[in-house]
Amino acid sequence: MTQSCDVLVIGGGPAGIAAASRAAEAGARTMVVDEGASPGGQIWRPKLTGHQPSVARQWLARLAASEATVSPRTTVVDLQVSAPRSFIVRAERSGIPTIIGARALVLATGARERFLPFPGWTLPNVFGIGGAQALLKSGTRFDGKRVVIAGTGPLLLPVAASLSAAGAKLLVVAEQSSRARVARFAAGLWNAPATLAQAARYRAGFFGAPYSMNSWVVRAEGDDRLRRVVVRVGTETRTLECDALCTGYGLVPNTELARLLGCVMRGSVVFVDADQSTSTDGVYCAGEPTGVAGVDSAIAEGQVAGLAAAGRASDAAPLRRVVSRRAAHGRGLDRAFALRPEIHTLAASDTIVCRCEDVRLGQLDRGWSARQGKLYTRAGMGPCQGRICGPALECLMGWSADSVRPPVFPARVRTLSSPAKTGDSAETSERNHDAPA
Amino acid sequence: MTSARRADAIVIGAGIVGAACAAALARDGFQVTVLDRAFPSAGTTSVGMGHIVAMDDSPEQLALSAYAQRLWHDLAPELDPRSELDHCGTLWVAEDDAQFAAVRAKRDVYAAAGIASEILDARALADAEPNLRPGLAGALYVTGDMVVYPPGATLRLLDIARANGARVRSGEEAVEILPNGVRCVHETYHAEVVINAAGPLAARLTPGLPIVPRKGHLAITDRYLGFVRHQLVELGYLTSAHVMTNESVAFNVQPRATGQVLIGSSRELVEWEASLNRDILAQMLRRAEAFMPALGELSVIRTWTGFRPATPDKLPLIGPWDAVPGLWIASGHEGLGITTSLSTARLLVDQIVGRAPAIDPTPYWPARVHSASAA
Ligand SMILES: Cc1cc2nc3c(=O)[nH]c(=O)nc-3n(C[C@H](O)[C@H](O)[C@H](O)COP(=O)(O)OP(=O)(O)OC[C@H]3O[C@@H](n4cnc5c(N)ncnc54)[C@H](O)[C@@H]3O)c2cc1C
Ligand SMILES: Cc1cc2nc3c(=O)[nH]c(=O)nc-3n(C[C@H](O)[C@H](O)[C@H](O)COP(=O)(O)OP(=O)(O)OC[C@H]3O[C@@H](n4cnc5c(N)ncnc54)[C@H](O)[C@@H]3O)c2cc1C
Repeated sequence: MTQSCDVLVIGGGPAGIAAASRAAEAGARTMVVDEGASPGGQIWRPKLTGHQPSVARQWLARLAASEATVSPRTTVVDLQVSAPRSFIVRAERSGIPTIIGARALVLATGARERFLPFPGWTLPNVFGIGGAQALLKSGTRFDGKRVVIAGTGPLLLPVAASLSAAGAKLLVVAEQSSRARVARFAAGLWNAPATLAQAARYRAGFFGAPYSMNSWVVRAEGDDRLRRVVVRVGTETRTLECDALCTGYGLVPNTELARLLGCVMRGSVVFVDADQSTSTDGVYCAGEPTGVAGVDSAIAEGQVAGLAAAGRASDAAPLRRVVSRRAAHGRGLDRAFALRPEIHTLAASDTIVCRCEDVRLGQLDRGWSARQGKLYTRAGMGPCQGRICGPALECLMGWSADSVRPPVFPARVRTLSSPAKTGDSAETSERNHDAPA
Repeated sequence: MTSARRADAIVIGAGIVGAACAAALARDGFQVTVLDRAFPSAGTTSVGMGHIVAMDDSPEQLALSAYAQRLWHDLAPELDPRSELDHCGTLWVAEDDAQFAAVRAKRDVYAAAGIASEILDARALADAEPNLRPGLAGALYVTGDMVVYPPGATLRLLDIARANGARVRSGEEAVEILPNGVRCVHETYHAEVVINAAGPLAARLTPGLPIVPRKGHLAITDRYLGFVRHQLVELGYLTSAHVMTNESVAFNVQPRATGQVLIGSSRELVEWEASLNRDILAQMLRRAEAFMPALGELSVIRTWTGFRPATPDKLPLIGPWDAVPGLWIASGHEGLGITTSLSTARLLVDQIVGRAPAIDPTPYWPARVHSASAA
């Protein structure tokens, strides 16, 4: 199936929704694709229980009222520049190969969780924040379950509040950062009272449990499932019998599509200018891939990117102040919740570091590069292609990410073999089809 | 196993060819130093398919690859799990009756070279590989062919070399080959014997070697144990590999020990342009689907490209390079270097020490380059 549009927004989270709404309102033929069953991304995806915050309802309604086409259950697996400001995007829509031609792209692919290996992290009932949220959204009750939450950053608070509301008995919320750093960050929020108020509301949501700074999980123990965790609290080590452990070590921006297009990076994030334009002409980027700064930032950046992609960058002027203020907030987050050195050395030699290929830390050699680790032990060679173990190995071994190759997500052979029917490329490829004979 | 102490030898390149040479030299008593500008298996060896195959593009190629097949069988007990050795054999698939007739001729050629093979008719082929499309004419089953994981086999060969006293230096780039020596960035090494095993980069060190990069694409799937049971190659593959056209694709599918399916193959002459050519990839996959329609539903997790070290006459360059005292060449193996690494190493070492080689070494001598250009 082949389609075309002026602006293709990849990712239907807050950034993508804002981008698609603004681009469509500006008159561009706009399409937004997302892997999920409906738009919303990480935080606005419809829940079975509870209700959406009003900002989510407003933006979802605005998108619905716009002329933008929404294509759910659509995963982009490859894209390329076919001519200046002309892109061919290969996707799977519910498994069906789909080719989309576009004049401009907005990459709003969000972020994924960072998993850090520690002894026992692969035991059943050890979750990431995303896993815990998925359980909560599917209506799972946690009545009387003893839960430990550990990790770093503001994302621990809403999960703690929701788990508490779902009946869990929280033993501790362990934040690895220091009280001083967190306090300095909170003090910097004086100009973002809403954020502070929200944090206070979340904190109130799990008031019965200690929110402990300078604390982290040293290891998890159990048999067929988790039985207890060993937690370091300041200088003390405590063993807590529990039923579930939920960890969150921050987010990793999804930059694969931008890297595939050769967009210039700044460290681990995509470099963008004031119009959210990347170094590749016609490619814009918004939300987490430009730096993890939260939902308000994603919305502001998405609007700028959508307007700019539709050729109306001048209308974005009022939004730029929000974007730069939120970017400063993002940098503050990075500083406040930077991982302490002890976290990098928790994994033991028999701790699994690559779940897809079952590779243990002891198989790796510090003298190697990431590519050697991969070639010699298969670490990062599995279906996740290093999306999960890559950031972990960066943290444990100091290895930087390997190159990105299509497909960015596993894709059927026939998705990659279907001819790209835009322009004349299909014709040339058919002509050479019988070459081997 | 180690015989009397011999001279020093330097091997430039820790790809599979350099590793095989290092193991053979060290076992023969040489004091071996392997230099690689990156690390073991950094080059073409890390991107190839790992099919150990007797190939009959020419009598010389068949002699070298048949010898190699025997050497891989001898080495098998010494390989470790990293090498992922699989005795799966090759099925040369015939699409129609005309090709099936060629299967019989191929069997006779192989038999004459001491390579065992069986003819499978349409029924037997369908039983052997249920996922092939119906209506194929049959196949030649070469039972002694194998599949390895090339980087793993390379590490193993280097371990064998090390166990016999060799040193392996990563991050050491040869800048110039000297008479009986090699100049690197920080250090100059001296040795009676120097082997240029720099793969597709060999001509940078030895100008005059007629080696060009011939690009290939591969795609690998998730795990589907038993989906493919033998290495499958269409009979037309040899034509595709032989004719130096700008681009061609052929059906060439390999079962990995992990249960993954590795899908090849393509050939292009585009210098060192490494980026993925989506049209070629799509053609290559369509060719594979034409033989195995069910393949279309499998999930691809990664694609990549690599450069075969190609020569104009499709034979590798193995032997002395008279212009530089002490220099020997072991490169230009195109799409067969995983297979012929072992026979290359043995031929080379036999000639260095003055033993009679098991097969005639002269067709692979790099000197043919001069006679070709003089003619
Ligand atoms: C596990 C997790 C939990 C979080 N919990 C919270 C929380 O409780 N509170 C909070 O404020 N923030 C939370 N965040 C952060 C929050 O999601 C972001 O701040 C905000 O959603 C950023 O919006 P976005 O549009 O950039 O990304 P996202 O909301 O992540 O949206 C990106 C969308 O793009 C889709 N996508 C990505 N790649 C492709 C592709 N190749 N093809 C098609 N679609 C694609 C994704 O499926 C997703 O729907 C969480 C993030 C994660 C990863
Ligand atoms: C797509 C594809 C599929 C293939 N499939 C098969 C197959 O199924 N079966 C088969 O038998 N063969 C196959 N091949 C061919 C095979 O991979 C190659 O012939 C073989 O790997 C060549 O090995 P090499 O050691 O000569 O070169 P390389 O592996 O490239 O090794 C050369 C080494 O030299 C080093 N080097 C280069 N220059 C210098 C320098 N100046 N100083 C120091 N070090 C240097 C490099 O870093 C490298 O490690 C395939 C190839 C491709 C591309």
